[in-house]
Amino acid sequence: MDIQIKRGLLDVCVLAAVKGNDTYGYQIIKDLRPCVELSESTLYTILKRLEAGGMITVYSVEHEGRLRKYYHLTDKGNERITAFRREWQEVLAIYNYIKGKDGDHD
Amino acid sequence: MTKAEFLGQLRGRLFGLPPMEIEERLMFYSEMIEDRIEEGLSEEEAVAEVGNIDDIVHQIISEIPLSRIIRGNTAPRHKFKGWEIALLILGAPLWIPLVIAAFAVVLSLYITLWALVISLFAVVLALALAAVCSIPAAVFYARAGDIAGVVFFIGCSLACTGMTILFAIISVLAAKGAAKLAQKIMSSIKSAYIGKEGA
Repeated sequence: MDIQIKRGLLDVCVLAAVKGNDTYGYQIIKDLRPCVELSESTLYTILKRLEAGGMITVYSVEHEGRLRKYYHLTDKGNERITAFRREWQEVLAIYNYIKGKDGDHD
Repeated sequence: MTKAEFLGQLRGRLFGLPPMEIEERLMFYSEMIEDRIEEGLSEEEAVAEVGNIDDIVHQIISEIPLSRIIRGNTAPRHKFKGWEIALLILGAPLWIPLVIAAFAVVLSLYITLWALVISLFAVVLALALAAVCSIPAAVFYARAGDIAGVVFFIGCSLACTGMTILFAIISVLAAKGAAKLAQKIMSSIKSAYIGKEGA
């Protein structure tokens, strides 16, 4: 997949995983497994980018005698998800057009 | 591989990045391994699942901008002690001219390189001019009825045209070579910083 498209999709994917309940790194990887296999380094980069963009906030919680980082979706992050769903309608229209054109030659 | 070995190796391979960045990444991987162990995996399995160190390092380096690598490397690793500051000030008459000289050497290399290229193009221009100017000269001799003069200047014009084409090709090649060389000088300056990462 095109790297730019994939990057944008994964960002929203992680935002969606954080939506609802605050969650931690490994849980995100497990939640996303059915749709996409994320590597640790990829997730780290995405989380950093989302945090820098103010889409999520991070806090540490003590768990089993160690610290675990939890991620929380901000309003801005939530807006990003909504905006993505709106944008997706446009993408879908383009996809259908491409599919229709491609089907002509089959 | 145990968790401690994994983190130790990763720390070594990331040497050269800003220390804060290294700590944060190591904490992230440590948490990932711990969470897997908690889920029932053995330490070995958990480390193996988190991934191959080569791949991780490769991905991290490809994602980090060069500017951050340089910043991490040039930032002082410790605070300067009083005597070090004194030495820096006392040594200023020595090291400032040395730094200026180093810059001057690099700058003069660049200037020499491009001066060569410019002079080659000047030759091309001169030859082209000579080729064109030989034609009115030939016309002048034709009016005077001097056949030898006409033949001589037409010959000059043709010879100059040929040499113009030849030198133009050489000049373009030289310009390309100079650009490549300039790029090499720049990249060798850069790799002085990035090279440390493999340590």
